[in-house]
Amino acid sequence: MHEYPITQRIIEIVGEYAVKNNADEVKVINLVVGDYSGYVASSIELYFELIAQGSACEKAKLNIERIVPKLRCSNCGVLFTRKPYSFECPDCKGEGRPTEIGQEFFIRSIEI
Amino acid sequence: MSENKEIEVMQSVYDKNDEVAAKINSALTKSGIYAINVMGAPGAGKTTSLIQIIKRLTDVIPYVIEGDIEADFDTKTLQALGVKAIQINTGGACHLDSPLIGNAVDELGLSNGVLFIENIGNLVCPAEFMIGEHAKMLISTVTEGSDKPYKYPLAFEKADIIVINKCDLLPYVDFDEEFFMKGVRALNKTAPVIKVSGKTEEGFDKVVSWIMEKVK
Repeated sequence: MHEYPITQRIIEIVGEYAVKNNADEVKVINLVVGDYSGYVASSIELYFELIAQGSACEKAKLNIERIVPKLRCSNCGVLFTRKPYSFECPDCKGEGRPTEIGQEFFIRSIEI
Repeated sequence: MSENKEIEVMQSVYDKNDEVAAKINSALTKSGIYAINVMGAPGAGKTTSLIQIIKRLTDVIPYVIEGDIEADFDTKTLQALGVKAIQINTGGACHLDSPLIGNAVDELGLSNGVLFIENIGNLVCPAEFMIGEHAKMLISTVTEGSDKPYKYPLAFEKADIIVINKCDLLPYVDFDEEFFMKGVRALNKTAPVIKVSGKTEEGFDKVVSWIMEKVK
């Protein structure tokens, strides 16, 4: 839903790094998008081509690494992926708590 | 063919909104303002709850920034009660963001009080965006179904206080409180969960006590 302005922001940040490294053209953008980041990877891909036109990112390949959210069990400490409607640990049935895993949204690197 | 050169970036993409939000938060703190981002689904009772809360705030000046896509019903209601309130109409955006709040804060000219920012009725997006607040208040209800923490985890995880409204309707709805609380506590160990009714006006004293503790 908010992927249009955020994709603009990605292209802006990448553009800044390209200039800093004297590159006219960015070849690859490595983006990390957690499934709980609030952004949908496929929507970013959709807008990217459109917004990148005329910028240093015009011909860049967008590599999106998706991160599956993990909960940590408050009882046995194991990291697990939750089943829908449940926070239950698959190992010990303890209660899982949200972690940072799945909330990522950052540009890992670019290739010029 | 030359090989690509990889440049490490490791930069979060939220940064512009968060940068502005941090500045707003700093400015509000300096002006003696405690800001609360009030979130909840449309019709959950955000404005009703604010009215009940403001009625009970004695030694503290309340300010309100009202966020809606269109219309200014809530702002007019609050102004009629003597509250300094201004309206933001986004015209389409589903959540308030920090540049919008920055402008509104300048317009209000605040000092020494509590600023309530009533966000757009939406259980999804407001939880994702910092807007300069010191705390997030989630207005949930017994009429939305007890599965909301499971379906909308971020809103419940990010809340500093959770208000469950419309408790007067408990006899008429199937609200599984145990299931609801299990979901809430899995996500959020610390937020107090306070039952209220905008209709009977019960429960709001506890909400006000929490606010006054924070404001000290």
